[in-house]
Amino acid sequence: MPDRDLPQEHLPAAQLPAPESSEPSKRLELADVGEWKRVSPKYVLVEIVGTILNAVVVCGGASLLWLLLDQTWAMWVGIVVLVLSIINLIFEPRRVRSIGYLLRADDLLFRRGILFQRFVAVPYGRMQLIDITRGPVARWLGLADLKFVTAAATAGVSIPGLAEADAESLRDRLVELAESRRAGL
Amino acid sequence: MTEPAAAVPAPLAAPRTDLTDGEWHRLHPATPLLRGGIFMVAIIGFIVANLRERLIDLFIGEENYGGDPIDEIYQRGATGWALLIIGGVLLVILVAFYLSWRMHTFRVNGEIVEVRSGLVFRSHRKARLDRVQGVNLARPLIPRLFGAARVEITVAGQDGNVQLAYLGSKLADDLRRDILHLASGLRQARQPGITPPDVAPDALAAPPLPGDSTAPPLIGPPAAHSALGTFATARFNEFRAPELDPDAAPPESIVRIPPGRLIGSVVLSGFTVFLLLAGVGLIISVIAGSSGWVLVAVLPGLIGSAGYYVSRITKTLRFSIAGTPDGVRVGYGLLSTTSQTLPPGRIHAIKVSQPILWRKFGWWQISINTAGQASGRSSGAVTSTTLLPVGTLADVEKVLQLALPGFDTDAHRALVENGLLGGRKRDAGLADFYSNAPARAVWLRPFSWWRTGWAVSGPVALVRRGVLSRDLILVPLARMQGVRISQGAIRRRLRLASADLHTVAGPVSASLSVIDVDEALVLFEWMSTGAVRSALADTSHQWSRTATPVPATEATE
Repeated sequence: MPDRDLPQEHLPAAQLPAPESSEPSKRLELADVGEWKRVSPKYVLVEIVGTILNAVVVCGGASLLWLLLDQTWAMWVGIVVLVLSIINLIFEPRRVRSIGYLLRADDLLFRRGILFQRFVAVPYGRMQLIDITRGPVARWLGLADLKFVTAAATAGVSIPGLAEADAESLRDRLVELAESRRAGL
Repeated sequence: MTEPAAAVPAPLAAPRTDLTDGEWHRLHPATPLLRGGIFMVAIIGFIVANLRERLIDLFIGEENYGGDPIDEIYQRGATGWALLIIGGVLLVILVAFYLSWRMHTFRVNGEIVEVRSGLVFRSHRKARLDRVQGVNLARPLIPRLFGAARVEITVAGQDGNVQLAYLGSKLADDLRRDILHLASGLRQARQPGITPPDVAPDALAAPPLPGDSTAPPLIGPPAAHSALGTFATARFNEFRAPELDPDAAPPESIVRIPPGRLIGSVVLSGFTVFLLLAGVGLIISVIAGSSGWVLVAVLPGLIGSAGYYVSRITKTLRFSIAGTPDGVRVGYGLLSTTSQTLPPGRIHAIKVSQPILWRKFGWWQISINTAGQASGRSSGAVTSTTLLPVGTLADVEKVLQLALPGFDTDAHRALVENGLLGGRKRDAGLADFYSNAPARAVWLRPFSWWRTGWAVSGPVALVRRGVLSRDLILVPLARMQGVRISQGAIRRRLRLASADLHTVAGPVSASLSVIDVDEALVLFEWMSTGAVRSALADTSHQWSRTATPVPATEATE
């Protein structure tokens, strides 16, 4: 140990006062970042249709295997998928409500998930491009997905279920912000 | 088939001018031959030799012909035809080579590098110089014998490279230097040209307005003008100055790798363990009485693995790494040599790691993520992701100093050393500079929880993890693409979370699998604000803008 008195910043825990030291919360929750913007409630429909389609395809395949080829394991796979899909459907509205995004001064925050929580922060300057995609169901509901692509290996942020006008104005806003904070790669 | 090769020297002397003048230039005339022409000729020869019987059968129509076809042609008086055919084929090949050489041109000017190529399918590639991620100079064995080299300009993105293959060796060296200089000072290069026109209208416009009142304004503008003029010339000289001295002598490598250590490091790898296990399995299976076919199936693999060792060793022999004004220069290779230059600020993540087999010897290796990595399938020497194949702790320190300029105070050294060797358990009583995972993480990471930790120091984030293979990951915040923290059901029970720093694709992934929930939130905050701050202060996309040879990354304050 060459020297003991390092600058404070090496001890990040000591820097900020621990958010709620009195009653420790187990959940991951960003304190006082502001109000999260939610995606359109209609997005639940997109998710539900997706889940049902998925379940139908898998269960259909499994039951074909089971009935035509006498593979008993396929039946169990089908049942498990069915049960999981139903559970999924029950939690769908809450999951959609958990999706949120927030435009801070210099970066875009994104969150989703209840059981599996996830928070992502991407600085505006890192934007490489913004993708807006519309699936068939989403288009019927007038929704669009917005994807914030960076140079990173893992996809940046993708915000599903925005109203089309919102998605476009958000895109323009993000491009504008990225332009003003453009850094190298 | 020596004719095409013999044709090489004749038109050679042509482009010996400055290649970066913005005009279209041609490559080394032997290029088509070196780019697979030799193999094509060899393959045709091979096929002809193997189909000899069939061809004779086809043309002469005689079963089981035993004599020499050339004699036969002579006897039949077809010599003229035979010569004509051979001559025609040669001519076609030569013309094709010549045309493909004619059509393959490149140009370099102050802002871009462009390559046009292709006879039937034209392709046109353009790269912006201020986005250059590195310039590699590769000399594969055969081109090296011809005195040719390939210049590869890596830009961000998979397979986004611009290749200039091949150029004369000396020319390639010069071109690399020129490209790097252009890339480093794009802004300076432009400034002297642009400022005078900007100044002139001001100087002209200023006098008439206040001109009728008093004299001082008349003195004013010329003063400003001359000040700006000296400024411009000063900047211009600044820009010119580094061009005069550098690269006079090839830079000295800061790391020496004795061949013994290199061979040892390759032998003591996970691959060897796998091989030994396979061998043991094989012996057991033979003893247990299985027939010989297992042996037949596995043996080619074993022979191939010998080739793997040889190629690993020859590839990293003569490894050198040195700092130049234009970035870190890494060279390696015994027969086919490669030397790549990584301009400052092009390294997105660094991993210092030690596989368990190396622990006894105290060896470490360093690999990096850069934005310009070609994906594995592209041929030839791809950008290497290894900054140090094997080295001691002192070597690691020296290489890190090159890779992260400004990261070399005592505090930083202590931080790195702690990250490499330390851990929560070992330094129980001492101050550990890392924010460590809590003891309850033992449920998820029974062996490595005590080494899992992170720290931020100025513009660099450090992640320490792993006990089987000790890893320390350094991510310059200015290059970080984003940060994510997540938590699943199990981690929630344990009040843990996981964190992930996004960087460009590569061998290094900066993720922390277990971390206290509150710590995760602190990390999130630190990383996200740090990334923004460092990026604002970062100027390394044109690295000689700060006239000093080492730039930029430490400028957070």
